[in-house]
Amino acid sequence: MTKLIIKPNRVTFAAPPDEMVLESGKKLGPITLVYETYGALSPAKDNAVLIFHALSGDQHVAGYHAEADEKPGWWDGMVGSGRAIDTDKYFVICANNIGGCQGSTGPSSINPKTGKPYALDFPVITIGDIVKAQTYLLDHLGIKKVFAATGGSMGGMEAMQLAVAFPDRVENVIPIATTARLSAQNIAFNEVGRRAILHDPNWNGGNYYDKTPPNNGLALARMIGHITYLSNESMHKKFGRELKGEKQFETNFDEAQFQVGNYLRYKGLRFTERFDANSYLYITKAADLFDLADGYPSLKDSLARAKNVKFLVISFGSDWLFPAEQSLVIVDALKDLGAHVSYKHIDSTYGHDAFLLETDELTVAIKGFLDAHYKEKK
Amino acid sequence: MPWKERVKPDYDIIHKLVAPNARILDLGCGDGTLLEGLIKEKNARGLGIEISSDGVNRCLAKGLAVLQVDLDKGLADFADKSFDYVILNMTLQVVRNPLLVVREMVRVGKYAIVGFPNFGHYKLRLSFALGGRMPKSKTLPYEWYDTPNIRLMTVKNFREMCGKNNIRILREVYLSEAGRNVPPQLANLLAAEAVFLLEAKA
Repeated sequence: MTKLIIKPNRVTFAAPPDEMVLESGKKLGPITLVYETYGALSPAKDNAVLIFHALSGDQHVAGYHAEADEKPGWWDGMVGSGRAIDTDKYFVICANNIGGCQGSTGPSSINPKTGKPYALDFPVITIGDIVKAQTYLLDHLGIKKVFAATGGSMGGMEAMQLAVAFPDRVENVIPIATTARLSAQNIAFNEVGRRAILHDPNWNGGNYYDKTPPNNGLALARMIGHITYLSNESMHKKFGRELKGEKQFETNFDEAQFQVGNYLRYKGLRFTERFDANSYLYITKAADLFDLADGYPSLKDSLARAKNVKFLVISFGSDWLFPAEQSLVIVDALKDLGAHVSYKHIDSTYGHDAFLLETDELTVAIKGFLDAHYKEKK
Repeated sequence: MPWKERVKPDYDIIHKLVAPNARILDLGCGDGTLLEGLIKEKNARGLGIEISSDGVNRCLAKGLAVLQVDLDKGLADFADKSFDYVILNMTLQVVRNPLLVVREMVRVGKYAIVGFPNFGHYKLRLSFALGGRMPKSKTLPYEWYDTPNIRLMTVKNFREMCGKNNIRILREVYLSEAGRNVPPQLANLLAAEAVFLLEAKA
């Protein structure tokens, strides 16, 4: 089978003096977004599906960057010809979030004022800011209203944020394995991850771009995060108590004895090859600060702005990071508003990561939902 | 195939009971055939509740709003009179707490429509009395060990439950096995299915 080769695009906007005003009141600009598109935009420009990536994800949703690439984009099973988000029908867009490190403006980007990486001079950003920046991309592409927006985890928060902040720019929203606000437990895990980075001497107050980066801290943050993405059951199935080698009684604590430890170390190490520690700090903070009800008396009042948007909310069994109850809070508010809302719960043992893995179940629901509403439009 | 060609007779009855432009909550909506019909024919606004994954997927593919939640956990999250009609068709016999469900229906809806298989039908009675086994029929086709139908009741039983629990019966429609109308006075013996229109007594 021939590989779908995709080249990322980039767009720069909000150059001074027209910087983008952030939720904090600070300004950011110029802003570059790296993004990928799949399929073709219809002449009426009414078939766009905007996908928001999760915390550590990027714009590379599907296909391959090069013939030699072994792994496709992170949602390749869902996006493509004939797939759930069918690129024969829809024009799919995914951009790397601001604050990220795959080419969109973030703390590792060059600050035009100093000619050096921003590091901690990069302003604090929010989910609202991330989404607002992507509306500039929609403007650039000439798209007034996307047919649908979706994403898992933090990507789901962003999809909902788009519906509330810009209800005229989206028709259908599919928030997956997500929440209207992080729980204390969610914030606690992020806090520990950030402490791991800050405690790495190489972090150096965020100034490490010309030195060795704080990879130990970042890897540890990823290990903690990764545990929250899996379930007890999936970890048990994958590793059990399996040892890496012989049972040892040595004081070599630095070597993982169990396979599960070995795996987490590997995942942590691999993460440092593609992710920036400062980005991790900024983006987890953006997630912590997210509360869809912010600025409104209640979540229902906030979602009332999006009451003409159609929603399909999806949760997974064994997801203890953003459990079903957090999805049901959103569903209840929408239902009380009399909005068009559907809720799908998928039994899964994969934990939070199910949104990346349960593609068969997701495909039936999402394809049905999207195609039915696309047909209604026509 | 348009939905009308594959509807069951009880769907026709429900169509006749529902006023146009109503807001409808369909409990145990299955593949959404009834709801889709009411939206198209009666200009209704509808929401379905369905527990099966397959049913939910089929509803989504019809563009219906559907929630995959468990009826037995009640409708506590629904506001009083937030729907014109709450429909429960051929589902009451599978819920754990039918009284709770019916009470919730008349709380959440201005009206409730309940359709169920009548266990008092004469063939079922004969089959049990003469055969000595748990009876089966077109509407109750399962073996005792694999049936989802855990609450089997008769027309009389249902009327009694309503009477004891401040639920007013506004209409009752009965269908024979062949889908013909059965008069109320013979219903407990001859009706295979019963459809009730209910409301809460003030």
